[in-house]
Amino acid sequence: MVRTYILRGLLAGVIAAAAAFGFARVVGEPQVERAVAREAAAAHQRDDPSEPAVVSRDVQTTVGLATGLVVAGAALGGLFSLAFAVVYRRFADAGARGTALAVAGAACIAVFVVPFLKYPANPPAVGNPATIGHRTALYFTLLAFSLVSLVISVACQRRLVARLSAWNASLIAAATYLALVAAAYVILPGVDEVAAGYPASLLWRFRVAGAGIQCVLWVTIGLAFGTLTERSERGAARSRSDLISAKG
Amino acid sequence: MAAPIAADRPTVWAPTAVPLREILPWVVLVALMAVIGLYFVGAEGGAASLVGGTAVHEFVHDARHLLAFPCH
Repeated sequence: MVRTYILRGLLAGVIAAAAAFGFARVVGEPQVERAVAREAAAAHQRDDPSEPAVVSRDVQTTVGLATGLVVAGAALGGLFSLAFAVVYRRFADAGARGTALAVAGAACIAVFVVPFLKYPANPPAVGNPATIGHRTALYFTLLAFSLVSLVISVACQRRLVARLSAWNASLIAAATYLALVAAAYVILPGVDEVAAGYPASLLWRFRVAGAGIQCVLWVTIGLAFGTLTERSERGAARSRSDLISAKG
Repeated sequence: MAAPIAADRPTVWAPTAVPLREILPWVVLVALMAVIGLYFVGAEGGAASLVGGTAVHEFVHDARHLLAFPCH
């Protein structure tokens, strides 16, 4: 069963990467292109000798983008399938499609929204290269903390549901998650390396594009995984009932 | 087919939850592999460098930016 889930999660991840690639090409790349052009113009003005490109822009915006999204999609899809396996039939009596979409939503919040709101994405040439180590460590620390908080809050829900109603137990679980994340937001240092005068509209569009790509990725993982699971369960149910009617 | 199926069994097959002990080893394996994959998309050649040079970083450059990882 777990093996089937993992394969299905990888497949859903690749499908989601394809959808995210389409979205990234149309909505994301124009912003990256603008940021790169701005960077090049600034370097030209300073009379900086342009560094030889290791990988051309043509490759970065096509094969490179696709490869990155497929690797990330498959990795996240695989992890998603295991989260689904843990949750499915253990909490609410939701069907496969509903559970998959709910898990995808929770994952999107914990893995993307929470780190993103504290440490938002930056287009090329924003951010001080000297602090990349520090910023990366902060980003992944918050991501890990967010995931641990999610596990704690889900365990809370499980404990409380016996004594309270499912609704109230879920509300308390959600509040626990929010409280833990809020504490991390307060404790972890902020980062603001956007240079004065950087076009606000470009920064905003770039960040919205990034958020859109993540949402497309997670929603597609949830929908694709749920649909595939539902279909295979219906197939299994049908073959069982055929077996029963054949025996009877 | 091992056990004969009784006629009064429900005809709709309802799978039960997968036991956690069955999921756990897979979680460890998949998490390890996912971390390696996400490391190369999200961090190689930026904050840390395993293979040296900036080729991997530059190749997945746009995906890293657009997936909202810290890049430069």
